[in-house]
Amino acid sequence: MSVTVKIPAQLRSVTDGEGEIEVDGATVGEALDAVFNQHDDLRERITEDGGLRRFVNVYVSGEDIRFQDGLGTQLQDGDEVTILPAVAGG
Amino acid sequence: MATWELRCKECEAAYPAEARYVCEHCFGPLEISYDFSGLDPAEARRKIQAGSPGIWRYADFLPFDGRPRDPLEPGLTPLVRADRLADRLGIGELWIKNDAANPTHSFKDRVVAVALAKARELGFETVACASTGNLANAVAAHAAAAGLDSYVFVPADLEEQKLLATGVYGTRLIGVRGTYDDVNRLCTELCETRPWAFVNVNLRPYYSQGSKTLAFETVEQLGWSLPDRVVCPIASGSLFTKVARGFDEWIDLGLVEGELPTFNGAQAAGCSPVATAFGEGWEVCKPQRPETIAKSLAIGNPADGVYALELARSTGGSIDAVSDDEIRDGIRLLAETTGIFTETAGGVTTAALAKLADRGEIDPAERVVVYITGEGLKTLDATREGFRMHEIEPTLEAFEGELEPALTR
Repeated sequence: MSVTVKIPAQLRSVTDGEGEIEVDGATVGEALDAVFNQHDDLRERITEDGGLRRFVNVYVSGEDIRFQDGLGTQLQDGDEVTILPAVAGG
Repeated sequence: MATWELRCKECEAAYPAEARYVCEHCFGPLEISYDFSGLDPAEARRKIQAGSPGIWRYADFLPFDGRPRDPLEPGLTPLVRADRLADRLGIGELWIKNDAANPTHSFKDRVVAVALAKARELGFETVACASTGNLANAVAAHAAAAGLDSYVFVPADLEEQKLLATGVYGTRLIGVRGTYDDVNRLCTELCETRPWAFVNVNLRPYYSQGSKTLAFETVEQLGWSLPDRVVCPIASGSLFTKVARGFDEWIDLGLVEGELPTFNGAQAAGCSPVATAFGEGWEVCKPQRPETIAKSLAIGNPADGVYALELARSTGGSIDAVSDDEIRDGIRLLAETTGIFTETAGGVTTAALAKLADRGEIDPAERVVVYITGEGLKTLDATREGFRMHEIEPTLEAFEGELEPALTR
């Protein structure tokens, strides 16, 4: 599946300023791994012990992946995977 | 005078004092870190007592270098002794902090006053927020008073009263088809490309400091002493944790003697990610889709949930969830025993207090403070049932005939 991963402004210093990265992946985990392969520093910023850090939210087409199958959430061709800080609001 | 800076709450990385809220290294939340080493407690207390009759009397404990500017100063709301409610619940000493008595009738005036003063200091011309209602009222009003442009984003299905009490101030009101968490995600994305001060996104480290003033006022109004226990509603967990931070700062500085009170949190069962995590012994909250009449607490993905859990556990407290019926009963119980008419969030808090008392968790020797954060006139649907009006013709006969005997029976 070809999907777009959207990178928040706070992390673009490790993606050479890129805000949207096109990658292939059947699941959210695979898509993120594909992004990490291009920008290795991103991995430690948002993951810890193989999972997402506790202050990271990930959405597939607007839906929080924790309401789906987490990193195992299946992707469709053309999906948008959005990474956002979890520390806003309230 | 204290000095302060912006630091990551997790990894302590320091950042310039700008409109930013996320650590670029670990993605943790940024917080204001103070250095109070030059502060003399006796002098600080005198300065507070000679200060303005609102939250700016605590300006030395807020993230400003000079005097903050805000034309709609909130704070110094009544702390009322609630003996009739205490008797009903078997509690020794009970106080209600009635924060509905603020300019837009909720505690959100405190956080918005701080955020707007900071927004103006940083040169913003437009302010915005993601809101469950009370914040919408406060941002629209304070922006109007300060002459700033504003955009207010809310779930489209909000209570009509909260929409009206926002729109009247002339803001740009946007109803989003979705939950608060959808609104919050949208605003987090908008925040990246708009030159706006989102009070609870990019200004959140400053904004949340305003909630400390609830603790400061409590201490001052109790004659410079501490409660043993507080009961407080939880939505994002920001208020809950910042009230504790306020007590902690003054205890550390010697402005008040004693220990941090026991912290009891209150959530609606229909949106209880923090209460559920507390009950299950989890360290993080699992997000929920809200389904409750307590819309002002309907945050399914709470930003400060992990810190709220830590606080309840470290102080020997708890986090309770109450049903919609218990919320309605809580609103009536508070009204009938104290004369204070609160919104659904206050019904949640009062119902959680009743549960604690029921379980025998409150020692009769304790001094308890309950934070009532909003006004009953904003959630009228929750009180439509539960009483009836007796309609009669305007004659003595009509009153004395059948009605009066029935009423006094």
